[in-house]
Amino acid sequence: MASLITCPHCGTRPKEEFTIRGDASPVRPQLGAAFAAWDAYVHLRDNVRGPMKEHWQHSGGCRRWLVVERDTFSHAVHAVTDAAEFARGQAGGPGPAAKPARPARAAKAATAAKGRGQA
Amino acid sequence: MKYSAFSILKQGLSGNKGWQPAWREPEPKAEYDVIIVGGGGHGLATAYYLAKNHGITNVAVLEKGYLGSGNVGRNTTIVRANYLLEGNEPFYSHSLRLWEGLEQELNFNAMMSQRGVINLYHSDGQRDAYARRGNAMRLAGEDAELLGREEVRELVPFLDFDNPRFPVHGGLMQRRGGTARHDGVAWGYARGADSRGVDLIQNCEVTGIRREGGRVVGVETSRGFIGCKKLGLAAAGNSGRVAEMAGMRLPVESQVLQAFVSEGLKPFIDQVVTFGAALFYMSQSDKGGLVFGGSLDMYNSYAQRGNLQTVESVMEAACAMVPSVSRVKVLRSWGGVMDMSMDGSPIIDRTPVEDLYLNCGWCYGGFKATPASGWCFAHLLATGETHELAKAFRLDRFSRGYQIDETGHGAQANLH
Repeated sequence: MASLITCPHCGTRPKEEFTIRGDASPVRPQLGAAFAAWDAYVHLRDNVRGPMKEHWQHSGGCRRWLVVERDTFSHAVHAVTDAAEFARGQAGGPGPAAKPARPARAAKAATAAKGRGQA
Repeated sequence: MKYSAFSILKQGLSGNKGWQPAWREPEPKAEYDVIIVGGGGHGLATAYYLAKNHGITNVAVLEKGYLGSGNVGRNTTIVRANYLLEGNEPFYSHSLRLWEGLEQELNFNAMMSQRGVINLYHSDGQRDAYARRGNAMRLAGEDAELLGREEVRELVPFLDFDNPRFPVHGGLMQRRGGTARHDGVAWGYARGADSRGVDLIQNCEVTGIRREGGRVVGVETSRGFIGCKKLGLAAAGNSGRVAEMAGMRLPVESQVLQAFVSEGLKPFIDQVVTFGAALFYMSQSDKGGLVFGGSLDMYNSYAQRGNLQTVESVMEAACAMVPSVSRVKVLRSWGGVMDMSMDGSPIIDRTPVEDLYLNCGWCYGGFKATPASGWCFAHLLATGETHELAKAFRLDRFSRGYQIDETGHGAQANLH
């Protein structure tokens, strides 16, 4: 596992600040979806060997949910996107599916993000 | 060649020049009755029991590296049968019985040592949970003993009994549990299978599964096409990749688990001891090294190496449970790729593809299951019927709602 993850809000931070939830590929079915669709969503996995999208939370920082594209064999992190932005991209909205992580913007950006959260 | 004290003496007197290789290195035949993908503990045990219990010897085991190069050579060697749920306990109980007779059966020294496994408890609630587990084990015919604080102190005096946060109140003991030499188990099964006519083909990676009319007819490999009537997958951490070749998605995620060994010490810890306040377990090998491990790194991985964050938390757990190890040096650590299933229990079943059978989802408990896994998988491959002891390990249990979830964590692979 790479030792650094670049949070789009807080910049490049040690991996220990982040908590993994898991595979970000399964998409929650609509409420009335067939049973098989729910079974596949809850249980079945592609279990990728190579680049994979995952949900991580910056639990020791801005607490935003992120989609991290990471290689499960080399452990390299390729891209980090805010999960909300990622979801808009998935839904066909304006946001890109995954964009390269921005360089560090240090504590100023983190404080600004926090401020927005409280507003 | 039979191994015995006499053969050692005889070879010793003749300069050890007469030893034979333990198994052949055959070229793959054009077709086999059964091909098993994966030359680890489970694959080799399956081949052995196919030959021994069912008389099916036209069998090949295909291994992409060398025999036992995966998890059977990378675990912490613990053998136990201390499960709670009905679907699990009889299976592991059978496995433990097979372990007890394994060395005589295989004529191979697997260094099986029934030194006892103690699970420590640190609270009233945990004591109740272990009492319940112990009772479930006894109902399934296993041995279990709930030890009080002083009984544990007699056996393992150096624990941090009076830790203010996690005082040791006692432990659940399974005396017949213990450790075994992990490589020895793979080698013993390999030798036993080979001597019964099974072809063990190393450095042979499966790259595709050929199907005709919905049936499996053979596998594409790095050494060419090999035909088969039945195909069994026992690929552990790589199960998902092999199943994908047959167009299947599995309820499995591959994750990395680390293990550690310290410098050699004089005899210090006689049993396998597990910490109740964190996921941590420790025993001492016959060479003297402390063998220990903790939880998963928690992220998907196919790399056989882990992260320093987990190393740190395992060391913290070690020092919390046994403060006196704080100045012991760690010699090495390594990682293995675990096939973590969505309920923490394994799968031994047929698949929707005709003549394709699946053995996977062992999470980080596959080593102790090796004999019974081979036993039940061989039964399934030979007869087409699920073995009585593995009847709960069905692939469709997830969609039918019959999960065997020991920890009650739900469908989140890394929490099992």
